[in-house]
Amino acid sequence: MENKLTRNIYMIPYWLWIALFVIAPILLILYYSFFDIEGHFSLVNYQKFFTPVYLKMTLSSFWYAFLITLISLLVAYPTAYLLTKTRHKHLWLLLIIVPSWINLLLKAYAFLGIFGTYGITNSFLEVIGIGTKQILFTDFSFIFVSVYIFIPFMILPIFNALNELNPSFIDAAHDLGASKWTTFRRVIFPLTMDGVKSGCQVVFIPALSLFMLTRLIAGNRVITLGTAIEQHFLVTQDWGMGSTIAVFLIIIMFLFMVLTGTRKRGM
Amino acid sequence: MYDFEGFTLDWYKELFQDTRLLIIVLNTLVIALLSALFSTIIGVLGAIAIYQLRRRQTKNTILSLNNVLIVSPDVIIGASFLILFTTAGIKLGFYSVLLSHIAFSIPIVVIMVLPKLLEMSPTLIDAARDLGASKWDVLAKVILPYITPGIFAGFFMALTYSLDDFAVTFFVTGNGFSTLSVEIYSLARRGISLNINALSTLLFLFTILLVIIYYFITQRTKTQVGGIRND
Repeated sequence: MENKLTRNIYMIPYWLWIALFVIAPILLILYYSFFDIEGHFSLVNYQKFFTPVYLKMTLSSFWYAFLITLISLLVAYPTAYLLTKTRHKHLWLLLIIVPSWINLLLKAYAFLGIFGTYGITNSFLEVIGIGTKQILFTDFSFIFVSVYIFIPFMILPIFNALNELNPSFIDAAHDLGASKWTTFRRVIFPLTMDGVKSGCQVVFIPALSLFMLTRLIAGNRVITLGTAIEQHFLVTQDWGMGSTIAVFLIIIMFLFMVLTGTRKRGM
Repeated sequence: MYDFEGFTLDWYKELFQDTRLLIIVLNTLVIALLSALFSTIIGVLGAIAIYQLRRRQTKNTILSLNNVLIVSPDVIIGASFLILFTTAGIKLGFYSVLLSHIAFSIPIVVIMVLPKLLEMSPTLIDAARDLGASKWDVLAKVILPYITPGIFAGFFMALTYSLDDFAVTFFVTGNGFSTLSVEIYSLARRGISLNINALSTLLFLFTILLVIIYYFITQRTKTQVGGIRND
């Protein structure tokens, strides 16, 4: 009996944490989503979510997240592949991971300088004769910076998957007369699918909910679900609508996790 | 910024004379250290609690609940904590930021510590019991020393998560209180200023320092702990 009691006593803080900071917040979001801006119980927020304005926003948010994920994947896969071929692969990997340890704000801030009207990029364009262009506050800069930020998270799981790949499979494929492309398509890629999936998970969901970059880099031109939530909570103070969008974001997140397999995140 | 003339340390000087900014840096460090400390304590207890669960089903449920805060987007964590603190009547400011940092760091500590516990051979505990150790002795002299590397790794991860966080803090910070990320955000919205560049450099060096320390801790433990390891 004493055994059980002591065990429960030191478990208390953790159980409290689960109850207060994991379960309660989700329930509260769900609860608030049923209240309109005057605090009356209604389903008006859900109705509003299915109006063209919000659906369009959701779709464009999806589109940007999709683009960001796709481009990161296209860059990350070859990079991860080349990394596994280099001699000091763990050192290279570390160098690629280091930027992800640096505060996101600083990275965004750095790009303000690089892409600015008088920044390095424009000086370069000036020199090669293209002339100054508006780079900051465009879709291009938003996608570029987002991809830059998410690439390490995409490379890591793919690298791990490639690294665990048994090289004798590749040798076998070659012995059986497969060309390089066939080997990649039929052997390497399917076997590293898990890495690709978890990479997409770690990129797509955060890309859907970015909100700081949309302000700083895209200059409010891009509105993601994250921006909308932030806007409703902190600017218009319409917590009900913000919570509704959050509920949908949670549902989308859940569906996406189920779709891409129930693997644990490979961080 | 755009008319480069030469090198100067003026911006660093200006930075160190800006008391408001220095107070914010101090706040950020205090929040990071305190939240890392508390989340490590609670996280270690939680990991031990999960380790001792017998039923597989319960264990998996608790682990999924544990991971909720890791997978959810920052915006949702921030928004839901904002609702939580307002409902609970906690004033937004130092304590709300501290509490939310502790909250989102706990699962990371658990994830860092749990593998160490699972890798520990249960015979160690049995042996200690056979030799007459009390429950407390088993915890303090067998379990804790064994999982110390995991605890340190968890502490450092919690520290970097706290220093890195922008979104959650942005939601729960209220008016009077500010951390570095939030401050940089509001300054960056007004455009480039050079003392921010100076501050960024310092922050960058600090992060690199943390990474190096973390790297050495994990390196040392790799050689220190013998026995069965599969990496």
